Amino acid sequence: MKNFSRKQFLKTAAGAALVMAARAFSTPLSAAEKFFREPPWKRKKPYWGYAVDVTKCIGCARCVDACKTENDVPREAFYFRTWVERYILRRSGEVNVDSPNGGLDGYLPPSDPGTVTKSFFVPKMCNHCENPPCVQVCPVGATFKTEDGVILVDRKYCIGCRYCIQACPYGSRFFHPVLHVADKCTLCYHRIKKGLKTACVEVCPTGARMFGDLSDPKSAISKFYETETLQVLKANMGAEPKLVYKGLDKEVR
Amino acid sequence: MDLAYIETLREALHKVSGYIYPNDLELQWSVLIVLYPYITGLVAGAFVLASLERVFDVKVLKPTYRLSLLVALAFLLVAPLPLNVHLGHPERGIEIFLTPHTSSAMAMFGFVYLWYLMVVLLMEVWLDYRREIVEWSRSETFWPKRVFYKVLTLGVDNISPRSLEIDDKLGRILTVVGLPSALLLHGYVGFIFGSIKANPWWSTPLMPVIFIFSAMASGIAGVMLIYMFMCWVRKVRIDMPCLDTIGKFLLTAIIVAFSLEMLEMLQTVYEAEEHFDIISLLVEGKLFVSMILVQIVMGSLTPIALLGVLQLAELREKTRKFICALSGVLALIGILAMRWNVVIGGQFFSKSLRGFTTYKMEFAGREGLLSAIILGLLPLAILAVLLYLLPPWPKEDQAKAS
Repeated sequence: MKNFSRKQFLKTAAGAALVMAARAFSTPLSAAEKFFREPPWKRKKPYWGYAVDVTKCIGCARCVDACKTENDVPREAFYFRTWVERYILRRSGEVNVDSPNGGLDGYLPPSDPGTVTKSFFVPKMCNHCENPPCVQVCPVGATFKTEDGVILVDRKYCIGCRYCIQACPYGSRFFHPVLHVADKCTLCYHRIKKGLKTACVEVCPTGARMFGDLSDPKSAISKFYETETLQVLKANMGAEPKLVYKGLDKEVR
Repeated sequence: MDLAYIETLREALHKVSGYIYPNDLELQWSVLIVLYPYITGLVAGAFVLASLERVFDVKVLKPTYRLSLLVALAFLLVAPLPLNVHLGHPERGIEIFLTPHTSSAMAMFGFVYLWYLMVVLLMEVWLDYRREIVEWSRSETFWPKRVFYKVLTLGVDNISPRSLEIDDKLGRILTVVGLPSALLLHGYVGFIFGSIKANPWWSTPLMPVIFIFSAMASGIAGVMLIYMFMCWVRKVRIDMPCLDTIGKFLLTAIIVAFSLEMLEMLQTVYEAEEHFDIISLLVEGKLFVSMILVQIVMGSLTPIALLGVLQLAELREKTRKFICALSGVLALIGILAMRWNVVIGGQFFSKSLRGFTTYKMEFAGREGLLSAIILGLLPLAILAVLLYLLPPWPKEDQAKAS
């Protein structure tokens, strides 16, 4: 090191600076390429995706009931892993949204039906985001993304700080009143691991809910992803939901 | 299952207005989480006041230097308690330190907290008191207290001029490190909220900065009131140049904090994004009293006017004391309201941006008003013990008082 004179040092530093400057000038040209990111299901098998066809949902809420039964979700009207919203759009521009007991109590006929322009049902649940804000904020890593793309909570590890509930843009999480931990849709992980369908998909009478392996190009969900015009909720959050919707109206949030 | 609590939620169902996502009915962060940034803010603010004397050489603040440090310490010891009491599994709280998740602002807060408590504040208090601790360990006649001081010397009893000089130098370095650490501590609390993109009422890069300046205001006001109160208890004269200077710094901090808050509000109104309708309904409705009246009019504009008068007019000592005390109390109430408006206000509206839920504060429960009051008063009890064990007053003052 002794032989490393000041002159040599300056030369090396100037050289390094030149290389960095050259790189900085050349990168903007190739930066656009970075917008493309290969979806993880091209690399990992299986990788679960979920889709809802809004045009097929009849608001029967059998999915809500099946979910509560299958996953032992508290039967109160403020704890849901999935729920169904009804939208009523009126000629005046007014939008009415309701989801009585998550849809389980049924929907009253709309008042003043003559003013209704359209009405539809939107099932909601965890979006199993590719870039999940809930996972990002968990202080102990109790909520995590599995290899196959499902967001889960480790009930034996969660400290119950509720930060993840605050961070979820979709209101898909709640605080379990008995276990005192965060709770959410597991995509019926215990079922799908055995090759079964999720409870909600299993009972859906119209096929409005769909679930499957995105890494399998022949699966129905892959075809749905490829061929239909799809939307996600709150895309501006950058969470990259893997729950996609067909036929979503602009009023849906 | 806590049936009484479930019953409260069932009642809340009838008070919902508009459409909320069903899981948004329950307010996740209670009054205890209001207390948490409030207490941390007092810590940071008190420390800033201490460093004004130490780092920025505002010698006139000497009478409050040590008091500020002790106030910061007393509040810092309590700061994590409301968080831990609030956890669903308090017994697992330690996991934040043992297995932290590095991308979580909350997890990193634990380390900033530990750094600040262990490295900065405790060290600084110890260095500053070292000479006295050694002296007390020799002269104290009440034996348990003597043993306590003996332990506190950590076996170092060298108080030669040379070693005291080194203490002073180290202390100065620590304060220089401590100042950004104090700001980091509270800035981080702001970041815990400011980084939640799902909540438009919280998600703003200004949040940490607003928190820091309102923290300064609350800490300065807190130390000022405690100083005035202690002078009254000890029957010594209030050092008026010191009080006047604190008043000036308090005014500056409130003005900066208030300007930032208004800037944030202006931006929200002007940009009028998707969430604007629900936010304006929130401010005009559920937060009207706590935000417009208490936080803005009572807690910001009034103290700014009062302390402003103090700068412009030549007033009698008694009036100046009164104005300082009143402004301090108003600022403290205003900043508590600000924390409430951020934490509770941000949970009143659903992420559906179409409706509001309600919050009924329990009285006696774990997260009730009573817990909050106890946790809010606990730092003052700790401070009383600290003041008894480590009196921060100058020697001649102590003699006069006794």
